[in-house]
Amino acid sequence: MIQLRDVHKSFGANHVLRGFSLDVPEGKNTVLLGFSGSGKSVTLKLVAGLLAPDAGEVLVDGRNVPDLDADGLALLRRDIAFVFQFAALFDSMTVEENIRLGLRKQGMDEAAQLVRVGESLALVNLTGAEGRYPAELSGGMRKRVGIARAVALKPRYILYDEPTTGLDPVTSAVIDDLMVRTRDLGATGLIVTHDLRTSFTCGDRIAMLYEGRLRAVGTGDELRRSDDPVVTDFIEGRPTVAEGVT
Amino acid sequence: MPRAAETRPPHPAGFLDEVGRITIRVSRAVRDVPTWRPVLLDQMVVLGVNSVPIAIFLAVFTGIVLALLASYIFTNTVPLYLVGSLVGKTTMMELAPVLTGMALAGRVGASIAAELGTMRVTEQVDALETLSYDPIAYLAVPRVLAATLMFPVVTALAMLVGVFSGWVASTFILQLPAQEFVRGLRQFYQFKDIWYGLVKAASFGSAVALMGCIQGFGSSGGAAGVGAAATRAVVLGCMAILVLDAFWAVVLL
Repeated sequence: MIQLRDVHKSFGANHVLRGFSLDVPEGKNTVLLGFSGSGKSVTLKLVAGLLAPDAGEVLVDGRNVPDLDADGLALLRRDIAFVFQFAALFDSMTVEENIRLGLRKQGMDEAAQLVRVGESLALVNLTGAEGRYPAELSGGMRKRVGIARAVALKPRYILYDEPTTGLDPVTSAVIDDLMVRTRDLGATGLIVTHDLRTSFTCGDRIAMLYEGRLRAVGTGDELRRSDDPVVTDFIEGRPTVAEGVT
Repeated sequence: MPRAAETRPPHPAGFLDEVGRITIRVSRAVRDVPTWRPVLLDQMVVLGVNSVPIAIFLAVFTGIVLALLASYIFTNTVPLYLVGSLVGKTTMMELAPVLTGMALAGRVGASIAAELGTMRVTEQVDALETLSYDPIAYLAVPRVLAATLMFPVVTALAMLVGVFSGWVASTFILQLPAQEFVRGLRQFYQFKDIWYGLVKAASFGSAVALMGCIQGFGSSGGAAGVGAAATRAVVLGCMAILVLDAFWAVVLL
């Protein structure tokens, strides 16, 4: 289980998180909604140990991430995979090499790596793309390779950073379907997005981050029925809330 | 966006704490041989072997100019066979290492900074970390090692070519008998001439690659930030070469 407890994070004078708390239960997809720049991606990087909080606890299975040393972080990252906003594929490597890189680090033998690459690419419907370079792929394909790279590690948690941003509706639907399938395969998802369709399609629970704190959390239906004007204005796309965002 | 290392709360020990933390991190990366060893050979080819043409080009013309310049200075004052001495000593001890180093500071330093900078701003460095790789071990250590090992190799080649082109220029342009050039070359030759140049080249390689890595990892702000990082890497690499050149002259001569 991932738990954030009273987390604070600032970049200079910009106080992004101001006492943010959230529980991410196992076996479910939790969506973190919020405006651009509200600290959603920062939250994912705190969970993955790529950033350290100024205060508060970031617990993954009871381990406080900021307290972990290099070896502890390496162990933690065997349980966590990260799907980056723009896929963050390694340009100089083929699709196969991109996926194998993490498997090699886990000590898996060559034959098993190839099998796992094949399974992962089949899951994202990219069988046959092994030898292609990221520059030869469309944006949607790159995101699917990013998901394949994450899934190949068979992680317990997958952190998705804006997985459908910039994609057409059909490709977004494909990515949404993949996130549901990875959950069904047993991975707990924490999905950061401002895409409402993705939120309601993939999210078993939806949390809203507003002004550095948790504003609301519940199922999609619960959020739709919310009487909190911040939540309803966001869901309905009314500018009254956006005007208040700093 | 600031990295984790930059955003931890301040520690009372401040600067010393930061230096200690970086030292520990770098020494851990150097000891992580399984991570950097598979990449080292590729980097030796990219940074070293691929730099050979530019080093040869520089050395050819440097040797010719040196021979002509020496002849111009020595005519009617010093025996012309000493052209060989000047070409040999100057090429081996100074011009081959420094000019090659400067040229490679542009080629190697900029390419390292641009590559790592692009990886930084496109989150590829973060992706490496999430895959349990230490970015310093995987990206920086093999580049610095490769440059340290390959700069002397490229410089040695530049020494050979520079002296040879000086000999050719002396023979065919200055009409200096070939054996006279060789006589001058051998008269003041010491083995130190070579190892002094190669030691300098190794230190230049380390400095250039290190500057490229530091600037690359520190880049931010998209394409403009990467471009600025590459420029800084070249400028700082060239400055480091000049400082090291003076340092080795004081220490070893």
